[in-house]
This record gives sequence, C-alpha cells and structure tokens, in this order.
Amino acid sequence: MKNLHISVSAEPIFHIGGLKITNSLFMSLLVTFFLVIIAIFVYFQTPKSGKSKKSLLFLFSEMIIEAFYNFFRNIAGEITDRLFPLVITLFLFIIFSNWIGLLPGVGSIGFYEYEGQEIIFVPLFRGPNADLNTTIALALISVGVTQYLSIKNLGIKIYLARFINFKNPIKFFVGILELISEFAKILSFSFRLFGNIFAGEVLLMVMIFLIPVLVPVPFLILEVFVGFIQALVFTMLTTIFVVVATQHHD
Amino acid sequence: MELKDLAVALAIGLGTLGPGIGIGLIGKGAMEAIGRNPEAGNQITTTLILGIAFAEAVAIYALVIALIIKFV
Repeated sequence: MKNLHISVSAEPIFHIGGLKITNSLFMSLLVTFFLVIIAIFVYFQTPKSGKSKKSLLFLFSEMIIEAFYNFFRNIAGEITDRLFPLVITLFLFIIFSNWIGLLPGVGSIGFYEYEGQEIIFVPLFRGPNADLNTTIALALISVGVTQYLSIKNLGIKIYLARFINFKNPIKFFVGILELISEFAKILSFSFRLFGNIFAGEVLLMVMIFLIPVLVPVPFLILEVFVGFIQALVFTMLTTIFVVVATQHHD
Repeated sequence: MELKDLAVALAIGLGTLGPGIGIGLIGKGAMEAIGRNPEAGNQITTTLILGIAFAEAVAIYALVIALIIKFV
C-alpha cells in the first residue's frame, strides 16, 4: 500500500497570495459554477405563457423540484416556503459534490511536487465533501440558519429560555445539555458527511488498487447510492431541526 | 506487529459493534411496523432510512478516528 497517496486533508494545488487553493476547493467551485449555469438556463427557458412548450431541461428540473417540494411539505408543514431555497440548494450542492468525486480523473490526474526530500503526488481533483473544511462550513450554515429561524419565529426570550432556565435544577441541567447538543450537531453533521464520502473515496482507491477490473463496479454503485443518501439525510436533518426549533412548546 | 496497526483495527472493529446492532434493531422495528400497517409503508421507509443514517453516523465517527490514526 506504499503507492497509495491517501491524505486526510485536502492538498493545496496553488496559492493566491497567502491563501491555499486546495483541490477540493477547486472542485466545489466547479460544482457551484455548474449549478449556476443550469439555473440560468432553466430561468431563461421558463415558458412565458401557460401554453407554450416546455423544454426538456425545464421539465426535468421541474420534476425534481416538485418531487422535493412535496416531500418537504410533509415534513415541514407551514415553514416550507421560507426554508425551501436553502434546503434544495443544500441538497443539490451536496449530491453533485458527492457524485463529481466519482468521475474518472478525480484523484488520479495530478502532478508531482517535492515535500522536503521526497516526491509526493498531488491530485488535481478531489471530491469537495472529502475535505473536512467544506463539511464543517455546510454544518455551520445549517445550524446557524436553525438558530436564526428559531430566534425570528419564537422571539429571543423564548429562544434563550430553552438554554438558560432557572425554574428548577433539572431544567437548568437540561438547558446546558441543549447548549452542548447544538455544538454536537455541528460536529455530527460535518463528520457524518465527511466520514461517509472520504471513507468511500478510500474504499474505492483501495479496491481499484487491488483489483482494477470489474470488481470496483459494485463499490461505485454503492458510492452513488451513499452520495444520494447522505445528501438526503443532511437536508432532512436540517429541516427536522428547523421544524423542532421553531415550534412553540405547549 | 506494530501497536499502531492494532489500534486502527481495534478502533474500527469495536466501533462498529454498537451501530451494527443498532441498525438491526431499527430495521426490525421498521419491518414490524410495515407488517402491521402496509399503507404507511412509504412514510415508515423514509423514517427507516433516516434512523439508519443516524446510527451509521456513529460508526462513521469510529471510522474517521481509525483513518486519522492510520494516515496522520
């Protein structure tokens, strides 16, 4: 296994001033660019009147977005309209980031550079969610929006009463646990996504290293499925936490 | 045998005991629920996938520690 170049952290491919641009940051910019291009195309293909023909891309995106909207309406109820843009963006970003890490060339196309005395291989592309930075950023966005919507819907007094509650000792303890639980959510979100995607990458690399012909195919199918499930789980958990945080406790 | 290799193997091996049993119990609950009420099958399947992802996340934490020990 000495030839396998597995690195837990993303490798920088070039520097802009003092800022390191890593391979997974580069890929996440590609994913963002791709999603924006698709969004612009769909926007300009919206049928002007009700009767004009819808193009294939428009029909396809309408199918996906409508299926998602109905699915989330079952979970979120009345807050769906406010929450849906964030939720669908998270889902599309995460699922395309996961899947783009499976394309041929990711992890294998790269260059050699010197680190001290040895030569190491730096891949040019790496799945965006295989970098802990991306997943921590997504987790912070998710938990941050939960707190913001909770304060906006319930008011800051009720929001703070959830964490700092002096009514009796048990409620005080529960409040502290709630506070710790919010931070644990950030860790949990980021490590779940990072662990699944990075472990998938390592698994695929090891499988292809051992038997390059035919045997990695079931693992690729598994990774496609895992990519979809992790996007769905991230999005559903965000929705459920927002719904729980904006409900009035009776 | 190096102690580091042993640590990696133990971390991932013992770390997936609990989640394995947990996922089995969740699946059992879901199957019983679907058996009792086949009409709610879709909703139960959704909740099943969500529950399994939660339980699997704990196994993934153990896997991340194992990977960090091995490669860092």
